[in-house]
Amino acid sequence: MLKIDNLSVNYGGIKAVRNVSFEVPDGKIVTLIGANGAGKSTILRTITGLVHAASGSITYDGEELTKLPTHTIVTKGITLVPEGRHVFPDMTVLENLKIGAYLRKDNLNDDIEWVYSLFPRLKERNWQQAGTLSGGEQQMLAVGRALMSRPKLIMMDEPSLGLAPIIVKEIFNIIKEINKRGVTILLIEQNANMALHIADLAYVLETGTIALHGTGQELLANEKVKELYLGKGK
Amino acid sequence: MSISTIIQHCLTGISLGGAYALIAIGYTMVYGILRLINFAHGDIFMMAGYFMIFAMASFPWYIAIPITLLATVALGVVIEKVAYKPLRTAPRMSIMISAIGVSYLLQNLATYLFTALPKGYPEIPVLKKIYQFGDVSASLVTFITPVLTIVLVIILMQLINHTKMGMAMRAVSKDYDTAQIMGIKINNVISYTFVIGSLLAGIGSILYFTDRMTVYPYSGSLPGLKCFVAAVLGGIGSIPGAVVGGFILGVGETILTAAGYSTFSDAFTFVLLIIMLLFRPTGIFGEKATDKV
Repeated sequence: MLKIDNLSVNYGGIKAVRNVSFEVPDGKIVTLIGANGAGKSTILRTITGLVHAASGSITYDGEELTKLPTHTIVTKGITLVPEGRHVFPDMTVLENLKIGAYLRKDNLNDDIEWVYSLFPRLKERNWQQAGTLSGGEQQMLAVGRALMSRPKLIMMDEPSLGLAPIIVKEIFNIIKEINKRGVTILLIEQNANMALHIADLAYVLETGTIALHGTGQELLANEKVKELYLGKGK
Repeated sequence: MSISTIIQHCLTGISLGGAYALIAIGYTMVYGILRLINFAHGDIFMMAGYFMIFAMASFPWYIAIPITLLATVALGVVIEKVAYKPLRTAPRMSIMISAIGVSYLLQNLATYLFTALPKGYPEIPVLKKIYQFGDVSASLVTFITPVLTIVLVIILMQLINHTKMGMAMRAVSKDYDTAQIMGIKINNVISYTFVIGSLLAGIGSILYFTDRMTVYPYSGSLPGLKCFVAAVLGGIGSIPGAVVGGFILGVGETILTAAGYSTFSDAFTFVLLIIMLLFRPTGIFGEKATDKV
């Protein structure tokens, strides 16, 4: 289980995250929703060690992560699908998948086949440079690349960003599919509606602090969430 | 000018170009990974010259060469750890100034330790042996340099395109954060880059100084600057670019000298640089980038 306790993070001179606590139980889909600039991405970047916490703790299966470098944190089975996808544009689709498994020394064929079965479109583009893919395909590749490390926990930063609704649906179906395989998901979304529908647990982040939490269904029914994040206000 | 004289000069030019190319690769690789122009690179090349002088004083050439290369690699890696690594998160300008500082440090250290007088570069008899083809004659080193350069570049390209470390280098050169998420240790990749750059500078130094016969503390500054120009001409960050740039400068310079304009041979390099920067600032193989110092 990933446990965030009283986490504060300064980012670019401002307190981006203030005393945030939440838990991501194993095997669940947990979502953090909130407006732009609420500190969602900063939290994920802090968990992966790309940004350092000012105070508080992050533990995974009881082990403190805050002082560890990113390349050690990922060996614990945690990975991030970064915002804006960040596939390696000059590498082929296949190379991007291989680099996702950078830390592994065993045979990758089964995993590559699995990713290609989840995203048949990537298989067609096996030898194409990732930079030439469409936004949706790049997002699929970024998710596939994350899967290649055989993670226990995948964190996804705005996977729906800038994608057509039909592609977003496809990606969310895949997220559920991955979760069914026992991979824990921590999902950050501006598309609160989609995220809450698939989430077991949800937290609402407002200007750096947790304002609300509950199950996905509870928050979908919450009046304040409806008004502020689902565009269904009175 | 007869055909054979032209061939002769071309051969000399290609050979000089090969040595330039090897050094230029060091500039271009470090730039690709760190976005740093390693101004100390020319001086690492100069130090490699001194290492060879001292190694040859006690050992035969086939032992002296590995010792020289090893010492050069160690120097390059130590410079990275001491002068660049602590500035990893500092503004780009700070690390560049640090590089200029290291360059002066090495030049003055060499002056202090070895005096400013040129020291004779040891002769490696095998390399100096003269071969004759028709009317064209040259020492073995002249023939070996371009061939060795091409072979080393091919090996290097294979390494970068087909090994795990090469893949990590390509990843780091594009995107630090995402590379780290993949589990890549950035500092290892950077050290590895300096190992390759310094190794090639060491090899280049042996080939270059065998032809020049002397080393002095400022031997590295002009060739270093020219090789930097070669890297920019080819498109900094691109390895084939650095090689092509090196050969263009080597051949151009030699032809000018042969035509009796040796006074202008150095100016040629920089005129070429200015023209390139005016008309194609990203170099021959350069990619479009907006974020440069």
